[in-house]
Amino acid sequence: MNDFFLIAIVVMIFLLIFQIAKASEYVSVLKGEEKSRKQTNRINGFLLVAFLILGLVGCWWCNKLYYGKTLFPQGSASFEGENIDTMMWITIAVCGAVFFITQILLFWFSFKYQETDKRKAYYFTHNNKLELLWTGVPAIVLTVLVVFGLKYWFKFTGDAPKDSQLIEITGHQFAWEIRYPGKDGVLGKKNFKLTDAAKGNPLGVDWADESSHDDIHVQQMHIIVGKPVKLVINSQDVIHDVGLPHFRMKMDAVPGIPTTLWFTPKWTTEEMKVKTGNPNFVYEIACDQICGKSHFSMRGTMIVESQQEFDKWLAGQTPEYVKATAPPEAPKTDSAATAVKPVAMTTK
Amino acid sequence: MSNEAILHEHQTGTHDAGHAHEHHHHETFITKYVFSQDHKMIAKQFLITGIVWAIIGGLFSVLFRLQLGYPESTFPWLEDFLGHWAKGGKLDPEFYYSLVTMHGTVLVFFVLTAGLSGTFSNFLIPLQVGARDMASPFLNMLSYWFFFAASIVMFASLFVQTGPASGGWTIYPPLSALGEASDGSKIGLDLWLVSMSLFIINALLGGLNYITTVLNLRTKGMSMTRMPLTMWAFFFTAVLGVLSFPVLLSGCILLLFDRNLGTSFYLSDIVINGKILPNEGGSPILFQHLFWFLGHPEVYIIILPAMGIASEVMSINSRKPIFGYMAMVGSLFAITALAFVVWAHHMFVTGLNPFLGSFFVLLTLLIAVPSAIKVFNWLTTLWRGNIRFSPGMLFAIGFVSLFISGGLTGVFLGNSALDIHLHDTYFIIAHFHIVMGVAGMFGMFAGLYHWYPKMYGRYMNNTLAYIHFWVTMIGSYLIFWPMHYEGLAGMPRRYYDFSNWESFKMFGGLNQFISFVSIIVFAAQLLFVFNFFYSIFKGRKVTTLNPWGAASLEWSTPIRPGHGNWPGEIPEVHRWAYDYGKDGRDFIPQTEPVGEDESKH
Repeated sequence: MNDFFLIAIVVMIFLLIFQIAKASEYVSVLKGEEKSRKQTNRINGFLLVAFLILGLVGCWWCNKLYYGKTLFPQGSASFEGENIDTMMWITIAVCGAVFFITQILLFWFSFKYQETDKRKAYYFTHNNKLELLWTGVPAIVLTVLVVFGLKYWFKFTGDAPKDSQLIEITGHQFAWEIRYPGKDGVLGKKNFKLTDAAKGNPLGVDWADESSHDDIHVQQMHIIVGKPVKLVINSQDVIHDVGLPHFRMKMDAVPGIPTTLWFTPKWTTEEMKVKTGNPNFVYEIACDQICGKSHFSMRGTMIVESQQEFDKWLAGQTPEYVKATAPPEAPKTDSAATAVKPVAMTTK
Repeated sequence: MSNEAILHEHQTGTHDAGHAHEHHHHETFITKYVFSQDHKMIAKQFLITGIVWAIIGGLFSVLFRLQLGYPESTFPWLEDFLGHWAKGGKLDPEFYYSLVTMHGTVLVFFVLTAGLSGTFSNFLIPLQVGARDMASPFLNMLSYWFFFAASIVMFASLFVQTGPASGGWTIYPPLSALGEASDGSKIGLDLWLVSMSLFIINALLGGLNYITTVLNLRTKGMSMTRMPLTMWAFFFTAVLGVLSFPVLLSGCILLLFDRNLGTSFYLSDIVINGKILPNEGGSPILFQHLFWFLGHPEVYIIILPAMGIASEVMSINSRKPIFGYMAMVGSLFAITALAFVVWAHHMFVTGLNPFLGSFFVLLTLLIAVPSAIKVFNWLTTLWRGNIRFSPGMLFAIGFVSLFISGGLTGVFLGNSALDIHLHDTYFIIAHFHIVMGVAGMFGMFAGLYHWYPKMYGRYMNNTLAYIHFWVTMIGSYLIFWPMHYEGLAGMPRRYYDFSNWESFKMFGGLNQFISFVSIIVFAAQLLFVFNFFYSIFKGRKVTTLNPWGAASLEWSTPIRPGHGNWPGEIPEVHRWAYDYGKDGRDFIPQTEPVGEDESKH
């Protein structure tokens, strides 16, 4: 019944608007089309300038409401991301200036030069000086943006520092798998044809490669504050994306083509809880490339901690090879794997 | 005196002018309205098909906005309409992704490509260059019917058991290549690919016709530099389409092979649901290159016609020549040329070589230069004009405003250093909806309100038009402006629900607000649709040949031009299309010879 009334009301509103519109057409014909056109012209001229003023107020208000919820106030959680924030502010300043100038001119001109009988339009076809000016200035400004942008781009897409911690992250529908290289610092080779989850080898690691024997496979990523970390990114099925908004980083996970990403975390998870004032704060790994029906719940988490805490955590882990080759009746509990529950699907 | 009589009181005097053309061949209902070879009728076919698709595509966005705005609520009536896709009144995530995918596909291709350039290129090119019809009216007819076939196949895909394609409108493999990866990648995706292949044939047949007509069928005196800017815009649009659509076709066909014939163009090293696939050696990134080689020019295929229409409508209603005609043509050309060499800016985070990426940064930001030229030239066109705010003009002004807002955020995204943070967040949603989606629609509305009298010999209702404009203008900014903030918070696009995410769940109230506004804006579009169809039959009749006082050639035809456009000889052209306010005269039609003592420009 409620739905019925709702539909009835909507239809009534439509009919009302239509009747008003129709009536105003008759009125304008009776009153003289030229006269009523000029009247409408003045109304629309006024509305355009009102739109400009209310729009500017709206921009300010929107900023007031939502600036605090963006990532700017908490700052970049990685040293490399600081460059991105700087670059963002430069671009906001440049584009913001252009935005306000051009929008104000657009609506102000519309209002000021609305039709009146007193004015004749100015026959003004071109002016080379003006046109050179607004070709040249944007070109120069954009060159500056390109130069700064590429400087930072090459900096953080270049080779990772030699002392980086190496971690492999593999996406599949709909979770992330993390692999640490163990003491030797080398990740064991993989071959997707060896994948066999039933035999404890869900990532397809080649046990014949001895460097794989100390590799550790977990579900939650632990990294060390202040130490560069290099992620080797894989996917097992479709394209995923390792999105790390707090660190301002992002890289696709492409099946068959490993990609890399590196950054240096600045604050531990505990420090971020204080900084953001959110006791539940957690560094999240968001899949940023549509990957199927549960794309929105492909959530990984990451703990940034001190070297000591990290060492302690790492010491408690059992290499995947050991688990896979151990007798099945005595499986060791993996503290990290059980600590993080996979995100529950909200729907089936 | 009845109401109708009041509206049509003055029509008798010009009645004859409307029917003065010679009926040189008899037309049946079928040849006139169905398999018509008249470019004007084909334009209307594109337009009305486009409007139907726009309603469907818009409705899809309302449905998924319900989920985004009210993730905790259920809407039992949804189940009545959608059945098992909305059990208990809540959208199934798989179907949510289908809606997102179809919204994008339909709006980008069927509405803003076929509906916009299909309508106006067809309608205006022969009328504005002075031709009786397209170079090949038959191919032109085929072009529409390929579009119709594409529409049927795409529409059919909405009703298959496993649902329509659901991998996003960019349909990246392997997600789109493997039925195991998603329900939408089963038969729905095959239908998507077949439909798009038919659509591409439509675009190619149409585009070749537009190019040939503009190059070869201009009337006497209509040199290229005397053409209205709409002609240049449609010409470059067609060039873009003809050169880039075939690449997408190849991409689609290879994907069909991978899906159905066991090839490995895009597939390698895949384990899905525990099953090891035999494919090796393919590259999913190859598809992205093929897709974006069209996909990027595609956004200019959408925006160039809108630019042309806005230029034309602004100049006419400012009663002033368009400022910097040659610079406008030059910037259209520059945008067209650059459009081919920027595609990889969609792929900065795919593992693309950063050095290669840097070239795409440079070329992408270069596009801002011709775009800036256009904006400043539009502003100068308004300056010291004598502006009439017809509905078309308001939409043209709105177009410029949106183009500025959305264009500037492109400067953020084109810079790879910022893109690595903003990529695939709500920032990009805001960017392309403002600059391509809404701005493209505004160009289309500007053109429709402006050329409606030429299309149907009647006016649309002005009051409804103004309500439509203001609701859409205010609503568009209310919907998309705050999304920039969500993007700056890193909120990813294409998420069904954010409530599990500590980092993104704080925008619930805003999402609700955006959904609410989008429903109102959708309702305002229905007002437009009603106005459009109602006015075809009941609108105020056009009683003068040239209601807007425009200089271009289409207004020299009868009020309701027949097939062949001009009853007698095609008029000769003596000047450019922008002599407004020259030597104290309101406007000088293109057909008027240049006077002895006329000032030069």
